[in-house]
Amino acid sequence: MVPLPSPFYTVPMRITFTRAGMMRGAWRGLPLLIGTAPFGAVVGVIALGRGLSLGETILMSGVVFAGASQLLALELWTDPPDIMAAAIAALVVNIRMVPIGAAMSFWLDALRGWRLWGSLFLTVDQSFALSVAAHREGERDAGFLFGLGILTWIGWVVFTAAGHILGSVVALSPQNPLFFAATASFVAILAALWRSPRQDVPPWMLAAGTAIAAQALRLPPPLPLLSGAFAGAILAAVRETRAPRLPKEENRA
Amino acid sequence: MTLRWDVALAILAMGLVTYLCRAGGYAVLRAVRTPPFIDALLRNLPAPLFAAYVALALSRQDAAAAIASIPCALVHLRWKNFALSIVAGVGAIALLRWAGM
Repeated sequence: MVPLPSPFYTVPMRITFTRAGMMRGAWRGLPLLIGTAPFGAVVGVIALGRGLSLGETILMSGVVFAGASQLLALELWTDPPDIMAAAIAALVVNIRMVPIGAAMSFWLDALRGWRLWGSLFLTVDQSFALSVAAHREGERDAGFLFGLGILTWIGWVVFTAAGHILGSVVALSPQNPLFFAATASFVAILAALWRSPRQDVPPWMLAAGTAIAAQALRLPPPLPLLSGAFAGAILAAVRETRAPRLPKEENRA
Repeated sequence: MTLRWDVALAILAMGLVTYLCRAGGYAVLRAVRTPPFIDALLRNLPAPLFAAYVALALSRQDAAAAIASIPCALVHLRWKNFALSIVAGVGAIALLRWAGM
């Protein structure tokens, strides 16, 4: 690190939004594209399997730009499409993004107009994580998030389109092991969300049990999924908000 | 390249809902503070959702799928790489099917 005169350390720097910042963000996001590629290809193949055209697949990736919700909606896809079921799938998977924007207020609060609403559109889990890390390292250019988001968006659209094209060229049978990739993706996401047996086993078991029970009762989709998700989330939230509090720090001062 | 209007409508509905989650959350949370329980509920929704999804998906597939999920999860816990985990899962099920399961 280049040593700077002391005022630069103490005075909070103004948030900027520059092309150079966008390039830095895109550069940092480049390695992540390698990880996004197979997931995008899976979504493209599944979209093909559900009868979506290449144009419809590109439209979905372009306007939704949220892989897990696209995959889930495609799993529940019917012909003709159930608009309500698709919207509910998107809502339930993406509601986790509600707090993300607020958590990036360190940059977003300085933005207005297309810079703000565009940055929010382009935000995904990875760009959120990278942006928080970059901000901690001293990045004060909100263009970082925007540039990173643009690169991720282009990659996502290209990879899902490539999956769709590849699937139609190879002509996969429904028995092909490649279709297990959808389930495998969610198993991997689940593994990524794992914290500890004490925190995760009870809500996850309740979620799985409720979903299976609802399915056995022949409730129509997406009710088994939703009832399981909310049962598990409510249990996790109850356990979390009732956790024993640590001794209060502020009383010491 | 065809584009059915009903498919497009379903996709646009998904896009609208997703954007409301992304942008609406920022707009609302800037103005009001959510109660801690709702906050915890939103944060804890994804994992049980995917747990329910995996349980339902595996209940509709054969034993090979359930077995193949194990290396998939283990690979992700070890290397934290989605591409590798998906390859491990698909590779495992291909191997099991080849072995006659």
